[in-house]
Amino acid sequence: MRPDAAPAPSVSGRALDQIHAVLTRYKDVPGPLLEVLHAVQAAIGYIPPQSIGLIADALNLSRAEVHGVITFYHYFRQVPAGRRVIRICQAEACRAMHCEALTAHAKARLRVDFHETTADGRYSLEPVYCLGNCACSPALMIDDELHGRMTVDAFDELVAKSGSAP
Amino acid sequence: MTAVVYIPRDASALSLGAERVARAVASEASARGLEVRIVRTGSRGLMWLEPLVEVATPRGRQAYGPVQVQDVAGLFDAGFLEGQVHRLAHGPVEHIEWLSSQQRLTFGRLGVVDPVSVTDYAAHDGYRGLQAALAMPPAQIVQAVIDSGLRGRGGAAFPTGIKWKTVLDQSAAQKYVTCNADEGDSGTFADRMLMEGDPFALIEGMTIAGIAVGATRGYIYLRVEYPHAYRVLNEAIATAYASHYLGADIMGSGRRFELEVRLGAGAYICGEETSMLESLEGRRGEVRVRPPLPAIKGLFGQPTVVNNVISLASVPTILAKGAEYYASFGSGKSRGTMPLQLAGNVKRGGLVERAFGLTLRELVYDYGGGTASGRPVRAVQVGGPLGAYLPASQLETPVDYEALSGIGAMLGHGGIVVFDDTIDMAGMARYAMQFCAIESCGKCTPCRIGSTRGVELIDRVIAGIDRERNLGLIDELCDTMLHGSLCGLGGMTHFPVRSALRHFPEDFRRS
Repeated sequence: MRPDAAPAPSVSGRALDQIHAVLTRYKDVPGPLLEVLHAVQAAIGYIPPQSIGLIADALNLSRAEVHGVITFYHYFRQVPAGRRVIRICQAEACRAMHCEALTAHAKARLRVDFHETTADGRYSLEPVYCLGNCACSPALMIDDELHGRMTVDAFDELVAKSGSAP
Repeated sequence: MTAVVYIPRDASALSLGAERVARAVASEASARGLEVRIVRTGSRGLMWLEPLVEVATPRGRQAYGPVQVQDVAGLFDAGFLEGQVHRLAHGPVEHIEWLSSQQRLTFGRLGVVDPVSVTDYAAHDGYRGLQAALAMPPAQIVQAVIDSGLRGRGGAAFPTGIKWKTVLDQSAAQKYVTCNADEGDSGTFADRMLMEGDPFALIEGMTIAGIAVGATRGYIYLRVEYPHAYRVLNEAIATAYASHYLGADIMGSGRRFELEVRLGAGAYICGEETSMLESLEGRRGEVRVRPPLPAIKGLFGQPTVVNNVISLASVPTILAKGAEYYASFGSGKSRGTMPLQLAGNVKRGGLVERAFGLTLRELVYDYGGGTASGRPVRAVQVGGPLGAYLPASQLETPVDYEALSGIGAMLGHGGIVVFDDTIDMAGMARYAMQFCAIESCGKCTPCRIGSTRGVELIDRVIAGIDRERNLGLIDELCDTMLHGSLCGLGGMTHFPVRSALRHFPEDFRRS
């Protein structure tokens, strides 16, 4: 297991180019910070600490403001994720269908806790509070792919199948 | 002749294998040399039958479900393309009682149309409301929405037309229409279904709102957990621009309305309207002090309409068919229809749109069929994570705003989560406090700190440590959070906590 609190690697020149491209694209958009952060995370996989100063300068914000926004929202990451991110719903409708048991199984199977990445870098595990699939609980999402009426066996099958593809 | 098969692209249907089924139908058809056109629709909301496959026949669309890949060859063998009988056949979809007994004013096109086809939308009564609105003076449009009795479907139930009137009465160089699509309540998915299955209804509703209040720019604030809705909305918006339903000259009227989707980033609090505005402006989603109301000083400090997806998507029908038509549904001060969402441990879950006034029992048993596990219903939570837990003995309560508030509950966004008798209600009360702690924006101390203290107190009660004293402290803490929080998160967490304590005290006294 790799705790996601570990320091992030420094970003490549290519990543810096991507950040600059994002900042150019959003320079005239009103209230752009969340859009910018989404675009950076979509391009690089996380929001590198080195990008904070660049974003702050380009948007005429303080570094504290940018940092404050990144840390406010659960979705933004400051360290790289595994190749795929698994989000297991923890909210009421899924609890009614015993998502706690599914969650415990997932943690044991992947040998990680929430907010951690597997040792082989294949998966990061995150909690999520409602995926809007509440009539088909318990639900989870792997990247953008939604799954309903999950069972322990179906989870194992998914992990075996999807882990091999990057 | 080309057979037409309808298969949902709704996220819930996809989560149960609809994509694989669509591919299997296509490949099976081509292997058999049959011409089949597959139309990807939204979901009808019968989640218990998803993936629900429909086939066009002279006797109407025939329903088959739930279909899995391994059923596809057998369906072809049975002649499902001609609507023949099969183990998974349900006859004409419109005759399935679960659906035919509903009153679909807002969700009528769901599962029927191709969500990203504007011609399909127009062919099914789409854009009639906007056409009517364009011929009316703004005040008359607003009056129609007031007369319809429509109240905010996001949860707060504030009269939509009154909000619009406040914005109309402001003079400002720029006004905004914002759609709150941060549907974070567990047990709810109506907004998601509508955005994925009939996005033009929302786009039309927002355009009407813009015309009515004098706003030329709109934003849909969509939660990041809804990537399918994001794609459908963007596709539909691009189509609406291309066919002049959005842009500088709407339907040749010379009126302008611009619309875009903005993504949230996983923060429940951004479903609170002032947090949502902060987030749209690119800041931490911290609640603003009201007044000023967003209708007077909202997005970027300008007069702003903030409405939920369903409120806005209900507007086209009101304008097309008249306020009286809409108001003729419902009871008391709860007018029109409500999309109710049956979720959790329920046998036949999904979306039930009915006029206000049916009882929770009808929903949970007649539609829902009881629990999925087959065990007795122990509790239902109505109205999301800040809604009360009700025992089975209160299921006779009618679904309307006043009746629910009369028993210390609230309808909220219309989610109904069913639990069987294996549920530990002390655990659910603890979760309510924990959720508040995780999602608190941090502005108000009773919510930020109180929620964490609440988790600890409930832990002590469960462990039997100084139980009576700690129960008293929980009660005081609930009061402090209720009175000392700016918004509903801190202000309403007492609903699930106290209702669990009141109706299920034995769960707190197990050790």
